[in-house]
Amino acid sequence: MAEPVSSTVVALESVSVAYGKNAALRDVTAAFEGGATGLLGPNGAGKSTLLKSLLGFLVPTSGRMTVLGLDVAHSALEIRSRIGYMPETDGHIPGMKAVSFVAYCGQLAGLPATDAMQRAHEVLYYVGLGEARYRNVETYSTGMKQRIKLAQALVHDPDVLFLDEPTNGMDPKGRDEMLELIRDLAHEKQINLILSSHLLPDVEFTCDRVVVLDKGAVVAQGPIDALKGSRRQVFELRVKGDRHAFAATLIAAGFECHETDEDVMRVFVEAKEGARALFAMADREKVQVRHLRPSVPTLEDVFAKAIGEK
Amino acid sequence: MPIHDQTYRRYAGRREPGGRAWMVVAVNGIRTIIKKRLFLGLLLLAWIPFVVGAVMVYLNASFPQFTLLSMTAQRFRDFLGTQDFFVFVITVWVGAGLIANDKRANALQIYLSKPLTRTEYITGKLVILAAFLLLVTWVPALLLLVLQVAFSGSFSFLRQNLYLFPAVTVFSFLQVLLAAFTMLALSSLSKSSRYVAILYAGAYLFSHAVFSVIYAITGSTKLSWLSLPGTLNQIGDIIFRLPPRYSTHVVASLLAVAVVIGVSIWVLERRVRGVEVVS
Repeated sequence: MAEPVSSTVVALESVSVAYGKNAALRDVTAAFEGGATGLLGPNGAGKSTLLKSLLGFLVPTSGRMTVLGLDVAHSALEIRSRIGYMPETDGHIPGMKAVSFVAYCGQLAGLPATDAMQRAHEVLYYVGLGEARYRNVETYSTGMKQRIKLAQALVHDPDVLFLDEPTNGMDPKGRDEMLELIRDLAHEKQINLILSSHLLPDVEFTCDRVVVLDKGAVVAQGPIDALKGSRRQVFELRVKGDRHAFAATLIAAGFECHETDEDVMRVFVEAKEGARALFAMADREKVQVRHLRPSVPTLEDVFAKAIGEK
Repeated sequence: MPIHDQTYRRYAGRREPGGRAWMVVAVNGIRTIIKKRLFLGLLLLAWIPFVVGAVMVYLNASFPQFTLLSMTAQRFRDFLGTQDFFVFVITVWVGAGLIANDKRANALQIYLSKPLTRTEYITGKLVILAAFLLLVTWVPALLLLVLQVAFSGSFSFLRQNLYLFPAVTVFSFLQVLLAAFTMLALSSLSKSSRYVAILYAGAYLFSHAVFSVIYAITGSTKLSWLSLPGTLNQIGDIIFRLPPRYSTHVVASLLAVAVVIGVSIWVLERRVRGVEVVS
């Protein structure tokens, strides 16, 4: 199957959104290319606000947004006919069976009634709810509700999918299945998608690019591989002595260093320097190296660097 | 499609042109409600006054001793007044949960993420309620009028009472729109349909109670515009060219209706959104 042509699917130029006096997005400029892009950030970073602004639920105080080349401010209806939205919170039409609900969503999106019902059956099987499609949605478990949210977003075959925390509340098996579905949609079915999540493994597994938000601003964006910095080596380092002081010394010397929860530091060195530089630093600072192991750059490193964690 | 192939497929079929989503909302809502047998029973009950009226029309036309049962403007006005009770019950039954249930289930974000505007959503919901209300007001009243014309045996009744056709239509639509907009606005204020039902009943009855107290104290009916049913009664009398029952100027009554509908629309515009924004 041909790879999707990479072009800007969603673009934001200096977009600011506020809830009263609280700035949720501050002068955000970002471009979401075709394919799968992760929208990463801690809770309260503005990820859901960004998606809701693109849907037209929130009106920015400034800036311009386009989706599939259409201006959100002027072509909201046309945009919504071509996107599918999987909200973070539970949402369904009360009193309906799953297949009726999904078919209804298809009709609302412009599908004729017969096609909508056929598509409803197909997407419910695709998301793994084929056997439960005649049950009332209100009787569904949390994981099933997540799947049906995806189904109603897919029924009208959108060009872009907005997925807001798609693995919320799912058990490990369900989560893996959901991520496989998302990966399949992005890489096999050529549906552009924006996956908003605070879970780094979810984004790393499904997406090729990432936009990192923190406190309403973009702090990093680009291809995940490029952001990881494949030209550098990463070492896991544990020392005996004042770990924090040594980490500060490493940073002052120009090394990128992140402390993790398990008193292991992740240190980035240029490929040509290698582990020797670390031993030399440890020797100078009279610190004993107890553990040194090569590692690989992860999205967590990108995230930690972007939001300034140590 | 092969029966074993259950993967995701792209859709290459027809898409409906925009602007029809309100019909989808309306049709789905109507279908959901008429599935309930108890509600169908209520609708049948609401048509009993029509049956009684139809029998009166037949007797009046067929037997000279029943001339007292002749259908006049007053009788048509009284018929629609009788239907007030069913308008109230159906408004509460159908209307209380129309938006409240969607808010409780977080359905508004699902609706508004599709290509339909808030206006289409509200219109669809309005049509659901209005359809049932017109079914127990305008439709039976109009049928009764047609029966009267048919059984009269000549065009004299029609010539003398041609105004009854627009009168029945205008008053029924006014009755329905006032009830529907008010109920929808209240439904958008809460996530509990029961609370909305109580709120509507309270507003309806309390407004009339206030007017009744003022009338009892002052003996004047000039403030009938304070009462929702009182306002409609006053306007109805004028529309049917009958002596108005209250001394309120008809402009005041019309203004009261306009204000209630206007405020309802304003409330709907503020409350029907994809996100709850707390300022």
